[in-house]
Amino acid sequence: MKPVKLALGPLLYYWSRQATLDFYAAIAESAADIVYVGETVCSRRHELRLDDWLEVADVLAAAGKEVVLSTQSLIESESDLKTLRRIVAQTRYRVEANEMSAVHLLAGAGRDDWIAGPALNVFNPPTLELLAGSGARRWVVAPEMSGAALAELQRGLAEPIETEVLAWGRLPLAHSARCFTARHFNLQKDTCEFRCLGMSDGIVLRTREGESFLTLNGVQTQSARVHNLLADLPAVTEVADVLRVSPQGEHTTDVLALFRAALDGTTSPQAAFEQSAAWMVDQPCNGFWHGRPGLEQYVAA
Amino acid sequence: MTTSQRIELVCPAGSLPALKTAVDHGADCIYVGFKDATNARNFTGLNFDPKAMREGVAYAHARSRKVLLALNTYPQASNWADWTAAIDRAADFGIDAVILADPGLMAYARKTHPQLRLHLSVQGSATSYEAINFYHERFGIQRAVLPRVLSLPQVEHVIANTPVEIEVFGFGGLCVMVEGRCALSAYATGESPNCNGACSPGKHVRWEQTPRGMETRLNGILIDRFGDDERAGYPTLCKGRFDVGGETYYAIEEPTSLNTLELLPELARAGVRAIKIEGRQRSPAYVAQVTKVWRAALDRVMADATRFTVQPAWIAELDKVSEGRSHTLGAYYRPWK
Repeated sequence: MKPVKLALGPLLYYWSRQATLDFYAAIAESAADIVYVGETVCSRRHELRLDDWLEVADVLAAAGKEVVLSTQSLIESESDLKTLRRIVAQTRYRVEANEMSAVHLLAGAGRDDWIAGPALNVFNPPTLELLAGSGARRWVVAPEMSGAALAELQRGLAEPIETEVLAWGRLPLAHSARCFTARHFNLQKDTCEFRCLGMSDGIVLRTREGESFLTLNGVQTQSARVHNLLADLPAVTEVADVLRVSPQGEHTTDVLALFRAALDGTTSPQAAFEQSAAWMVDQPCNGFWHGRPGLEQYVAA
Repeated sequence: MTTSQRIELVCPAGSLPALKTAVDHGADCIYVGFKDATNARNFTGLNFDPKAMREGVAYAHARSRKVLLALNTYPQASNWADWTAAIDRAADFGIDAVILADPGLMAYARKTHPQLRLHLSVQGSATSYEAINFYHERFGIQRAVLPRVLSLPQVEHVIANTPVEIEVFGFGGLCVMVEGRCALSAYATGESPNCNGACSPGKHVRWEQTPRGMETRLNGILIDRFGDDERAGYPTLCKGRFDVGGETYYAIEEPTSLNTLELLPELARAGVRAIKIEGRQRSPAYVAQVTKVWRAALDRVMADATRFTVQPAWIAELDKVSEGRSHTLGAYYRPWK
């Protein structure tokens, strides 16, 4: 397999300050080459504020990681924009743009080193080229895009651009103005009592038949199943330059090490996939990669 | 202030009869889609073939109304040409504006048909003036449809900071998620609003009478179960009842409709330029009912916003066609969040 970098995506859950700092201390020693940091889900979460995230970034950078500051996925207020402007104004770290306000500000600032995040709905060459022309130097593929569609998109590009694919973690499926965690506790978002704090992997939503289906993570809805492309690595690495692992409550560094071993060829993709079962919070799925419903675990016949 | 600037009433039409009905009942603009995946209501039996489109545009234009074309899904490399061809056809048909979400397509439209008016679709997920102004600077969009995300003061703040006209949803089916940012349907069925123009598509739906009650499934996933005393609703997956922490409830949203009639004076004062009615998949009867009520309400509010009150008769009419027969103010009202 060609050389592929390993990235840790932004932490999507809300953990205590100490748990978060401990987590990133471990990540500094992990197999990740790139680490995305910052609060991307909810502006009310403030165990770490931007200055704290910048300190985390410094520690990771000192450990040799490429650090990227990720912006909030849903911008609603002027105060959200204020934080966004501060992220864009700092030049020490690259920025992952997670909606179009960030794209506008980054392009306006003349930055030419940013990353187009997974929620920008990039599905075709002209749109990706437009972002590249505005300074994007890497893009994170929308999770719902199939490997075949990705390959076809890449063939249509005049110039290649570094491509990052989500390869592990509960899928980020939707964002809302409503907080479903607060709703679960019969609270409104503005007075949510920060009930999501300390939920290591969100709350599972099940069908009335008891099947796990989705995960409630504040204003974000995730899959219940764990998107796991370990068994698909040979095909994935043909089109991906960077693989993203999404943080989870336990074993994130183990998962990163496993990906490293699979990428280096010291563990076969199939063996890595089997080994990963112990570290998944739910059943695996890979349907999106195969152009199928995302919750399916598809094994080619 | 007693009178406000003109607010356009933008009504849905999934067929030529619905378009004519909307025109006849007072819509200023009617938005439509082609019979394919280029729009977010790609349902069997719905939408316009070329003949219907020509006739519809002629009917509306003869009565000084506008026809807007939704091309608001995201094309892929493999089908890019279908979307650009749709833009070419829109220009050829004399469509008054195209409603787009994909930046690549906007660039194409701007370059190929510079006279064609561009609206940013709600599927573009632009929730701030910085996002909207990006599309304005790059592609000259003249109107943006806001996702059903912002509270009223936030809507007002957006309007104060952009030269782009702002259109908001006034009535109809309610997306709880930020439009353009929801892959729930793709996760469950493989088909999404973004790429296939469909959410919880009918071909994946199963209704089953069981000893436990009427069960509704989407691609085999149980979305809800109804007792004999309950009216079984369509299994839109965010509006089912699920179990969270041992409690079964509408964990995401109830089957309810957005209705902002009572907010009309405030929306007018905020400077909203158009109100959109959801429902291209609904019948001409729905279009007639809703257009009639909203025409009356908008005329009242534009005549004198300070004396505007919601007429009980309007609510009674709208209740007849609402999903779930209940109404919400959605995100405009903060506690909804």
